[in-house]
Amino acid sequence: MNAENPIWALISTFALMSLFAVGGAAAAVPEMHRIAVDVHHWMTDKQFTDAYAIAQLSPGPNVLIVTLIGYAVAGIPGALAATLAMCLPTALVAYYVGRLLNRPSQSRWPGLIQAALVPLSIGLMAASALILAQATDRTIAAVLLTAMVAVLAAVSRINPLWLLLAGGLMGFAGIV
Amino acid sequence: MSTDSAPAAQEPDRAAAGGPPPSLAALFVAFARMSLAGFGGVLVFARRAIVEQHRWMTADEFNETFALCHFLPGPNIVNLSMVFGARLRGIAGGIAAFAGLLLPPTLIMTVLAIVYARFGDVEVLRRILAGISCAAVGLLIAVVFRMMTPLLKRMDAVALILMLGVFLAIGVLRLPLQAVLLVAIPVSVGATFFLRRKVAA
Repeated sequence: MNAENPIWALISTFALMSLFAVGGAAAAVPEMHRIAVDVHHWMTDKQFTDAYAIAQLSPGPNVLIVTLIGYAVAGIPGALAATLAMCLPTALVAYYVGRLLNRPSQSRWPGLIQAALVPLSIGLMAASALILAQATDRTIAAVLLTAMVAVLAAVSRINPLWLLLAGGLMGFAGIV
Repeated sequence: MSTDSAPAAQEPDRAAAGGPPPSLAALFVAFARMSLAGFGGVLVFARRAIVEQHRWMTADEFNETFALCHFLPGPNIVNLSMVFGARLRGIAGGIAAFAGLLLPPTLIMTVLAIVYARFGDVEVLRRILAGISCAAVGLLIAVVFRMMTPLLKRMDAVALILMLGVFLAIGVLRLPLQAVLLVAIPVSVGATFFLRRKVAA
């Protein structure tokens, strides 16, 4: 079905994915990678990591990597369709649940479920990091740059934007 | 990566956010501004704007709403915009905040996509993007590390095993997300439930 109408494939893929994306956008990256690169061959590995980098560097929620995937598949309509499919269904779910549980702190279930989801989100995000690193860190210099940024960002409160720009500069200089 | 910085839990509770609710245009503009300010995560800016600058909600109300959005599926900050807008101005407010959060960055991203499609193969741009990608992966690793720290400190064996299991299933074996979560979520919720009951008993 995706061969005939790519827009529909985008909408069904991302709407379904968003409903399972517990833990936010970073946790959904492995699934996006699997679908866009391995299943549908919408993008190459390289294009996917480029899209991730662009989404990190630009303002706005990081989930907007789907805008770039959508554009790669079907141009501007694809970009808009992918963005709305990823964002609107869960926002509506949130709206209804928010009205239902006006005071979520009174029940212990939200807290319990949230605590139970924490290790799963971390595992998912670690998987994202591994998949992206395998695609992007192909030289020793690249691995070192990634490691340096990881350490700096973990121990200091430096604005991530500076680290991204420093990476861009090192790429420009041909170091990585 | 907006999940790493949960809002600070305690802050002197202001007199319940008073004043008339903001207009739809004000909601749209406020969310557009926090979205465009939010490089690498919007949550910090959202909290600052809603609680401190506009005083549309108290710190407690913000935390409760955030907790709700965190355990729901989907991009947290997008859910947050809808729920916040709706609490202040009903469904129209939710849509105004949602559109404010997403419209401007989506337009920027579309322009970047066009630029990338046209010039993505230019050698200089390739190199710059390669460098940025390396740094972006480093940032993600740092977030994972920060989130893991409390689990390591508590030596929470069950959580660490679940985390490792999900990492291996998705990152190494590349299994589909739905299948993994269908197993992992019930196991994790069940384990958390029994562990808490044991502590309480």
